[in-house]
Amino acid sequence: MRSSWAGATMPGCSCVTESVHRLVPAARLTKWLVSGPPFLFLLLFFVMPSVIMVLASFRYPGEFGGLAPLAATDPGVLQGVTLETYQFFFSDPIYGQVFVKSIFMALSTTLICLTMAYPLALLIARSPKKSRDLMVLLVILPFASNFLIRVYAWMIVLGPQSALSQMVNGFLQWFGIAPVHLLFSPFAVLIAMVYVHLPFMVLPLYTNLEKHDPSLLDAAQDLGANAWQRFWRVTFPLSLPGIFSGSALVFIPVLGMFAIPDILGGTGDMLIGNLIKEQFLGTRDWPFGSTLSIMLTIAVLLIAWFTARVAGHRGSYA
Amino acid sequence: MRRGPWLWATSLAVYAFLYLPLLIVVIYSFNDSRLNAEWVGFTWHWYDTLLHDEAMLGAAGNSLFIALVSSLVATALGTMAGIAMHHYKLRLLTFMVLTPVAMPEILLGVSLLLFFIQALNLTLGMLSIILAHITFSIGFVAVIVRARLAGMDESIFEAARDLGASPWETFRYVTFPLILPGVVAGGLMAFTLSIDDFVITFFTAGVGVSTLPLHIYSMIKIAVTPEVNAMSTLLMLLTLTMIVLASRFAPDVLKGKE
Repeated sequence: MRSSWAGATMPGCSCVTESVHRLVPAARLTKWLVSGPPFLFLLLFFVMPSVIMVLASFRYPGEFGGLAPLAATDPGVLQGVTLETYQFFFSDPIYGQVFVKSIFMALSTTLICLTMAYPLALLIARSPKKSRDLMVLLVILPFASNFLIRVYAWMIVLGPQSALSQMVNGFLQWFGIAPVHLLFSPFAVLIAMVYVHLPFMVLPLYTNLEKHDPSLLDAAQDLGANAWQRFWRVTFPLSLPGIFSGSALVFIPVLGMFAIPDILGGTGDMLIGNLIKEQFLGTRDWPFGSTLSIMLTIAVLLIAWFTARVAGHRGSYA
Repeated sequence: MRRGPWLWATSLAVYAFLYLPLLIVVIYSFNDSRLNAEWVGFTWHWYDTLLHDEAMLGAAGNSLFIALVSSLVATALGTMAGIAMHHYKLRLLTFMVLTPVAMPEILLGVSLLLFFIQALNLTLGMLSIILAHITFSIGFVAVIVRARLAGMDESIFEAARDLGASPWETFRYVTFPLILPGVVAGGLMAFTLSIDDFVITFFTAGVGVSTLPLHIYSMIKIAVTPEVNAMSTLLMLLTLTMIVLASRFAPDVLKGKE
């Protein structure tokens, strides 16, 4: 069925102006019909929850979890709004320390991922076109198995009876050093963080390196640059945008991670994510959990802003 | 081009790092011992235990149902969002679509937990999980659909309008067939994300309903048994089959993902 405004039956060029004139209200309706549903859904299930979390951070915790009422009939009950959660956050240094530890963990993971991903991405980018797809697929393939399974694999590899543990401890014994536990340690957390996030570094790096013009390297060689100079003065500076986007893709999820320290870490290896999880599901202090979540959001936004600035700045040179 | 032995050696080491842990999981799933330590002998025992594990089968059924429903809704909403972002350049909508994708998952998880309990007074369960999964999947679908649209010549839509097609007809006969590979890829992505999700489900599931990742988590937390290895191996096999099928029957779909 043709709608009446289409003017399809009108002959000649008049139909063009006609349809343009009548298109405006219909186009506006289409715009609302197309953007309305996703907008409303996200307004309800993303914007509203975020707003409620900000509001919750200024409330008192309820007696049995949740939030205390804004106005209670019983004057003895905590009620109304407060800045207490924020004062609490800044008064006890332990929370700042956990934030610093998490940022340090995210930084180490990003650097190790970069060191491991760069040669691989470079090799793929310099391989013949037909084998590139397969090499990229081989990077994504382990990533297709469930996240928890990839973490669980390290429980076996680092377990006390594993070949790796026995090798390491045999080696330490030889030097008269007491055996160590690889599992439930910061080392286990770090290695799994790297394992889980490595593809996020390889893919943007490869996408960038693949676009480099090989004749640039030939030109550098003709001008007398050795292999190291060709890498450091040509390839590396050109790959900076890839490095920045890969780093953001690794750094941000690591900063909020709770599952890996939860499964592979010891009791002292809590990160921000574990602290937040504990407030919401353990001690059930939701206002303080909200405050911690807002602090994490601020940290993420600062990092995203910083990366965008640096990458944009560098991008103009590339 | 220049691919020195040093580059090969480090790359092979990285590939080994990616595959060895998973290979060990697969090998121990056939080991006739409760401990993931020494090789004792070959057995199907852990697969047998797994297939009779009612709780696991129930959780798998839940995961499948949640993934189906949430990916269908997310595909519809995400496609609309992708088209809207491309055609109308709505900055607020773009921000709302992309932020949940870029934020750490835990933030969406806890804010939805707060919202469901405090604002909606909803009992956590199937419904809350499905709503949460739709929320985080929309962005991924929208990005894929928008990428598909961005590679297209605008003039074909103008041509359709000039030939007298209504907005619906333009969509039905021009836009939709062209973005279909992107829509299918987005839908598959949403399905995979939903069936794999642990963090957001962890906060929005409550006590009554379990999904496969939640079940795996509780198994890992209690004890490391080869039953987990068997389940992991089966899941890897499933993913592998899906990738092979996708590349066999719809090579475009895999391409559209990039």
